[in-house]
Amino acid sequence: MISRPYAVAKRTLGMADKLLDVNWGLVLLISIIATAGIAMLYSVAGGHWNPWALSQFSKFVLGFFIMIAAASIDVRVWMSLAYPAYGLALLLLVAVDVAGHVGLGAQRWIMLGPLELQPSELMKISLVLALARFLHGKSVEEVSKPLNLGIALVMIGVPALFVVIEPNLGTTLIIVMDGVSLLFLAGLSWYWIIPAVSAIVTAIPLAWRFVLHDYQKARVMTFLNPEADALGAGWNITQAKIAIGSGGLSGKGFLQGTQSRLNFLPEKQTDFIWTSLCEEFGFVGAIAMLVLFAAVIFYGVQIAMSARSQFARLLSMGVTLNFFFYIMINGLMVMGLIPVVGIPMPLLSYGGTAMLTVMFGFGLLLSVHVHRQVEIPRHSGGII
Amino acid sequence: MPLFDKKDKSRYATFSRRSLAVGGGMALVFAVLGGRLYQLQIRDGDEYMTEAEDNRINERLLAPPRGRIFDRFGVELANNRRNYRVLLVAEQATDGVEEALDTIGEVIQLSDVQKKRVITELAQNKKFVPVPVAENLTWEEFSRINMHLPYLPGVQPDVGETRDYPYGPEMVHVLGYVASVSEQELAHDDDPLMSLPGMRIGKRGIEKEFDKQLRGRAGASRVEVNAYGRVIRELGKDPGVPGQDVWISLDGELQRFVDQRLGGESAACVVMDAANGDVLALSSTPGFDPNWFNVGVTGPQWRELATSDYKPLLNKAIAGTYPPGSTFKTAMALAAVDNGMDDLVVDCTGSIRLGDHTFYCDAWRIGGHGHVNLTRGIQVSCDICFYEVARRLGIDKMAEAAHALGLGSPTGIELPGELGGLIPTRAWKMARFGVPWQQGETLVSGIGQGYVLATPLQLCTLAARLATGKAVSPRLTHQVGAALQSYPLAAPLPFSDKAFAMVRQGMGMAVNAPGGTAYGSRILQPGFEMAGKTGTAQVRRITREERQSGLTPQSELPWAQREHALFIAFAPLDNPRYAVSIVLEHGGNAHTEPQVQFARDILTFAQKRDTLGKPTAYPIKEAALSAGGAVR
Repeated sequence: MISRPYAVAKRTLGMADKLLDVNWGLVLLISIIATAGIAMLYSVAGGHWNPWALSQFSKFVLGFFIMIAAASIDVRVWMSLAYPAYGLALLLLVAVDVAGHVGLGAQRWIMLGPLELQPSELMKISLVLALARFLHGKSVEEVSKPLNLGIALVMIGVPALFVVIEPNLGTTLIIVMDGVSLLFLAGLSWYWIIPAVSAIVTAIPLAWRFVLHDYQKARVMTFLNPEADALGAGWNITQAKIAIGSGGLSGKGFLQGTQSRLNFLPEKQTDFIWTSLCEEFGFVGAIAMLVLFAAVIFYGVQIAMSARSQFARLLSMGVTLNFFFYIMINGLMVMGLIPVVGIPMPLLSYGGTAMLTVMFGFGLLLSVHVHRQVEIPRHSGGII
Repeated sequence: MPLFDKKDKSRYATFSRRSLAVGGGMALVFAVLGGRLYQLQIRDGDEYMTEAEDNRINERLLAPPRGRIFDRFGVELANNRRNYRVLLVAEQATDGVEEALDTIGEVIQLSDVQKKRVITELAQNKKFVPVPVAENLTWEEFSRINMHLPYLPGVQPDVGETRDYPYGPEMVHVLGYVASVSEQELAHDDDPLMSLPGMRIGKRGIEKEFDKQLRGRAGASRVEVNAYGRVIRELGKDPGVPGQDVWISLDGELQRFVDQRLGGESAACVVMDAANGDVLALSSTPGFDPNWFNVGVTGPQWRELATSDYKPLLNKAIAGTYPPGSTFKTAMALAAVDNGMDDLVVDCTGSIRLGDHTFYCDAWRIGGHGHVNLTRGIQVSCDICFYEVARRLGIDKMAEAAHALGLGSPTGIELPGELGGLIPTRAWKMARFGVPWQQGETLVSGIGQGYVLATPLQLCTLAARLATGKAVSPRLTHQVGAALQSYPLAAPLPFSDKAFAMVRQGMGMAVNAPGGTAYGSRILQPGFEMAGKTGTAQVRRITREERQSGLTPQSELPWAQREHALFIAFAPLDNPRYAVSIVLEHGGNAHTEPQVQFARDILTFAQKRDTLGKPTAYPIKEAALSAGGAVR
């Protein structure tokens, strides 16, 4: 299975060519969304750049350069780096867990210089890279072979396990959904899918009994009946719904959101930023934001379809789906359709690691776009 | 091995197919998100808008100023004065709370107990809630705080309002006082004001009787608050309706004189306008300072009030019931005249036997009063005479007459807690004890002893009715807010003019004729003379042995065993205008009759001051009032 690196590109691209070929429409969309996010952070701070908006802006600028840099790097290089990246992310993940267990309390991040790094965030992108790399070498039939499927599931399962014991249910969900979607896209047989789905459905009651933490169960119970405990654990959901609903058609106006300004909204700068947006810009603004998100996803799918290697296709679909899962889980959560799990809204919520990894993901997506003509044989492993 | 083969093509086809499916799934999720937005923002938007407003806007109650109480000349008896106080906000005290209190302590007097209370209260409240450190500061202290403000972080000088009673203890039994709302009161009153921190409500007297009117209607301030309850800004204000003022019939100066004259005695006195029942003074001593209860009465103060033998918390004038003693003879004489006894003459030998029981007269030592008719019976207070009157009348006729004169049931004065006293009848005794009435009890009742009980207010009513011949009832309020209080006209009493004339003559002789029981304390000044009747209420039975071995002088008995001394009177003698009653608890002294001296001084003061002759400062003209039909 060891493949020597060798290039099959018909032509090599210069730096200028690559920059010109970047999908600037997508970059513009991303920038618009991120700007809206910074504006919302400015608003929930009561019309101040501190403590969130300015910091988020600098993270975005940094992320922007990472994105462009990632876009200009040959997709085959990324392919070569897939496994090392996965290994490194897994190592960091284990490190946080160990640190947590030796007495520092539940911890989700490590300090990397001035940067708070959440290995679980890195893991999502690394897993997409590594799975795309692994599945690149498998034909449709091979994907469904027990050995290959087993390897893929271990690749998904091991990091998922380390994240779930952090504990971080939301990120675990995304990691599993990212991995399973890639298996599905790589052509996993329905003979696997149908029994698996049935098994999961029967497993849910067991998971409730043996796996979920009490606070996670409480979140689910609160979700099912938030009014029963409107001032306790149900407070978040109730206040979030009030914030969204009170925005009405056109919203209360920028800086006029009473729910966030008067601190009725919990976590208003992170997981619940969407509610502030809905409150201040109303149905019109929220739908516009959904359209922007959908457009980004549309670009992602289009890039995936036009790529000429299975690695590039799976990578770009993986990145796009990862982005989508964030939106889906956060959106459903803050609007009271699923229980509260700690997942930020991508590009909008305050948070360095999420911003940087999402931007890096877009960088990979753009790299696929720039290098869409690159064909990679099934048994190739990259170019390093 | 070819670089690309059929397998590559087939998996590309699979990928594309499944990508489209995934894309469809994503579109579906977006539709759900959009649909949910529609549901929350468009369909239920109004509802959530209301909830957001409820979150944001708080109504803060504003206490309206409490109505004032004036006397008949417009003198303020209860008002609201500025309460200069110092508040402390924990979160603004940058050097810490204890440091701040120490600094305040250098500027004004602050005890360790006060400091401890403030620290506890600060700990119980949120950090931005101002907690009072010191209240009722003098202007000088308040200025000093203001001057040092730059060095007192977190300190807020504040001007509030507090109830003030300029007459202090002298008026407490009429006005009552205000104090904090109790939990029970909170449960039985849904006025939003009741739950306001620092709210004071009327607890006794006029303050309680007219609490609703004096209180006013709560104002409200609409403020925007954040999730922690901190006020961000004021959105609107409704000042509420101030409490209504109350004008009462009392004369503050007369009341003060009466109260000071009674001094430290355990006594009660009521002075009334004999013509219309206006209560001019209603005093029960000792009193207590109503301002204590407003600020919060201390433990030792309360213990002293609650345990004193002089019962300072009891309004004896309306809630103290006493055997009327010989003052009751006036009522008996009135009934006697109209029952064919106008020419009754009794031979008093000092005692009378009924069955195996001997009843004594006060004059038994000197061998009795001799021949006594009704007027002389009143003058010398002959018990034997009224035993005979009682025997002939029978208890039921006696009760009828007593009721007609205002005894036996509450007078209906506008004060809470009035008692009705007791006029016994056969039916009453049967119902109460299940034992038939004894004739001996009729005799004892005839001299106002036994079961007979009356309040000083009822005795004053009796005096006024004897003086005027009309069913005058006491009344205390003249006007509440803009509403004049109306009272029914006093109807003539069912006794003959001859009967009234004889009783008045007897009462006149009792005070002004030598040998009268009150002769020693008569009013000498011509034109101001009074007529009256003394009374003594035994608080213990005198045994036969005591009578034989000689009675212990009252002044040598322990205070609590001495007789109550009573007196009812009216003045001036012709065309009476003032009626008065006095009960001096355990103040019996047959020689000096101190209670008569009190009445003499009080009636002299009232007549000289001419309380009734002065133009009143009631807000409505007297003419309008009499035109309205009320009795003046």
